Amino acid sequence: MNFDDTPQEAAFRAEAKAWISANAPKQYEEELRKSSLGRTVLKDANILEVAKAWQKKKADAGWACLHWPKEYGGRGSSPIERVIWQQEEGPFGKLSGMFIIGHGMCGPTMMAFAGEEQKRKYLPPLASGEKVWCQLFSEPAGGSDVAGLRTRAEKKGDDWIINGQKIWTSGAHYSDYGILLTRTDPTVPKHKGLTMFFLDMKSPGVEVRPIKQASGQSDFNEVYFTDVKIPDSQRLGAVNDGWNVSLTTLMNERMSIGAGVSTGFPELFDFCNSLMLEDGPAIEDRSVRSRLANYAVKASGLRYTSMRAISALSKGERPGPENSIGKLVAGSMVQEVAMYALDLQGAAGVLSGPEDAEVAGKFQAMLLRAPGTRVEGGTDEIMRNIIAERVLGLPGDIRVDKDVPFNKIPTKGRA
Amino acid sequence: MNFDFSDEQKQMRDEARKFLAEKCPPKAVREVLDGKAPYDKALWRGLAEMGFLGVAIPEEFGGAGAGHLELCVIAEEMGRANAPVPFSSTVYLAAEALLLAGSDAQKQKWLPKIASGEAIGTLALFEGKGNPSPKAIRLQATGGTLNGVKKPVPDGAIADFAVVAACTGSTGRDSDISLFLVDLKAGGVEAKSLTNVDPTRGQAELTFKNARAEPLGAAGDGWSILTQVLDRAAVLLAFEQVGGSDRALEMGRDYALDRIAFGRPIGSFQAVKHILADMYVSATLARSNCYYGAWALSTNASELPEAAAAARISATQAFQHCSKNNIQVHGGMGFTWEFDCHMYYRRANASALTLGSLSYWEDQLIDRMRKKNAA
Ligand SMILES: Cc1cc2nc3c(=O)[nH]c(=O)nc-3n(C[C@H](O)[C@H](O)[C@H](O)COP(=O)(O)OP(=O)(O)OC[C@H]3O[C@@H](n4cnc5c(N)ncnc54)[C@H](O)[C@@H]3O)c2cc1C
Repeated sequence: MNFDDTPQEAAFRAEAKAWISANAPKQYEEELRKSSLGRTVLKDANILEVAKAWQKKKADAGWACLHWPKEYGGRGSSPIERVIWQQEEGPFGKLSGMFIIGHGMCGPTMMAFAGEEQKRKYLPPLASGEKVWCQLFSEPAGGSDVAGLRTRAEKKGDDWIINGQKIWTSGAHYSDYGILLTRTDPTVPKHKGLTMFFLDMKSPGVEVRPIKQASGQSDFNEVYFTDVKIPDSQRLGAVNDGWNVSLTTLMNERMSIGAGVSTGFPELFDFCNSLMLEDGPAIEDRSVRSRLANYAVKASGLRYTSMRAISALSKGERPGPENSIGKLVAGSMVQEVAMYALDLQGAAGVLSGPEDAEVAGKFQAMLLRAPGTRVEGGTDEIMRNIIAERVLGLPGDIRVDKDVPFNKIPTKGRA
Repeated sequence: MNFDFSDEQKQMRDEARKFLAEKCPPKAVREVLDGKAPYDKALWRGLAEMGFLGVAIPEEFGGAGAGHLELCVIAEEMGRANAPVPFSSTVYLAAEALLLAGSDAQKQKWLPKIASGEAIGTLALFEGKGNPSPKAIRLQATGGTLNGVKKPVPDGAIADFAVVAACTGSTGRDSDISLFLVDLKAGGVEAKSLTNVDPTRGQAELTFKNARAEPLGAAGDGWSILTQVLDRAAVLLAFEQVGGSDRALEMGRDYALDRIAFGRPIGSFQAVKHILADMYVSATLARSNCYYGAWALSTNASELPEAAAAARISATQAFQHCSKNNIQVHGGMGFTWEFDCHMYYRRANASALTLGSLSYWEDQLIDRMRKKNAA
């Protein structure tokens, strides 16, 4: 059991550190350092442009998507090197937010199912941030129940014609490509009639409508498809085998989201360290200390759980369903932390403007973003099901629609 | 970085698990629980023969000289089996205090006896209600003799010797506290067993009447040694708690698969599944915190105080959470004496208090994080 770098790792760290220090957009460092869940904005710059420029610079020097093979725009790095990079990249890593879905989910799916020529064409610009990708899975009828989706794909010659609607699609408004899960056979049980594609988001018939979120921001969208044409060559996996393809995406999703969800603890600790209550510094209050300690051990437990996962990964073990724990724990923790930070502010906790609120409204922004964290990438309940069924081996939920042809499944809860 | 136990350490864990499955089945735990014996003597001898009692004791003092990572591995298995032996008081508290502060002669006298199972040791710290604090120590040391009362003292009624925290001044400051080594069989100490929530680990009241004592470590260093002993024991006990958490989770899972209600195994009901998933989550977070504690303990890292407090809190919470919900998953059966669930529930709640309560460690953790932050 040790945390020391091997000589090789130390050399890699030194190289990464030197390059970051010479190339990172330092003018944004402070702002990025202070940003937290729900509040990654730059005051005087367009964050998408800054992020793209940083990603491109990394890619040109061979620091983008470190664990991807070189021929697809990566560096062929080990899992440990990827972690070392993240440690050294520090707050600049927050700029990768808009690439998470592309790099974490679409890329790995393309890598597993696209043809060689396509991989060489599409993956390097995805790695370099020049092209942004989105994930078109969820629909009004199919969220947790992904396989309940209704967007149709019908074969016409060498093309497929797509009609239907997606929802909650993050980043669709600035995405160049997307991976799309569709229904190709409604007459068989739901998991057996799905097919996966990738498509150009600028294709005729694709319409993106931003949704205003509960937080007031607009990061996700509705996407409508009207007779959108996708060539058969852009199909990922076999016809009607889309469910299996999507499992690759979803597993990667849990890995990349789970590792990155913030807990809010460092922010809360700093806050309590500086906050004065009526009877003195907050950090000296017994009840505050007790709450803080509880959050502290959850945050450190998650940190060391992911270190254990990385150690396993570096020994060649595959990431398993136990990784669902990260999102499940961090998701509700960040929400509780935000509520507690507001509570400590008393009546003034209600204020949310950057000028009027404590610590520039950091926790108010966190509070308003947190509900989404517990839903995106699988709800808390779905995460618990995964742990119970796939880690602990408990029986699957009873699925009344399992053997029913999709077009015979009822569509309303209350008649 | 390699954040895992080595293959040799895992092999040792398997060996210990096998040994304990055979020598310490629930039936053996019940002998002690039912009051038929103060502890399992045969198991204690067996542990000595396996070399488990002296795992972290250097060879020159009769131990195996393996180290603290190995001891963590054994501790987890002791917790898993709910072993009814004075392991934690002897190995985590008495032996660690000797290793940290003992003179060569003291180590030569007691450590080989610990390793061979001849001597049971303990730490006499508490004097009634409250948490570790120099102010709470009233037992007086004067001219090599001790006078006062300690309670609860873990395994105090069966121990051969005790490390005793005593007051050598009157201000209640750290520097008023010194540690002493007392041969409990040499006269001057009266031991009385006390009933407690976990009879598989005895608690006692020790009354010192002009008991002869020799200093352990320098006069006035007592509090600083104690803090270190408690930190080290916190990591080790946390591994026991994680072992217990895992076992409670396993019991709940197995029962959920076997028990049928409404025509289905209860483990197929989502409410039950989610209870078990949450048990897994708390046990996993605790295990990860413990691994960090093990690393800090084995390397004597400057992070040890913080890591120990985090491991302690997290493992205490996990064991309480898993053991209480194990009973819930078992329904009425879980509340019978006959089922083993309550043994883990008892142990979880007793372990939660033996080195200072949860709120004490919460306080410690924040103190330590704050100091680190300020540095
Ligand atoms: C911020 C954000 C970003 C997102 N980005 C994307 C994206 O980029 N691409 C994309 O495809 N999707 C995206 N999503 C969609 C997301 O994956 C779904 O919202 C999520 O899977 C839940 O589905 P739903 O909204 O249909 O809720 P529902 O499935 O309708 O769930 C409603 C409630 O029922 C519970 N429930 C449902 N099924 C079960 C069950 N079997 N057992 C127990 N409880 C159950 C849920 O836990 C929840 O509490 C995003 C969502 C959010 C909030």
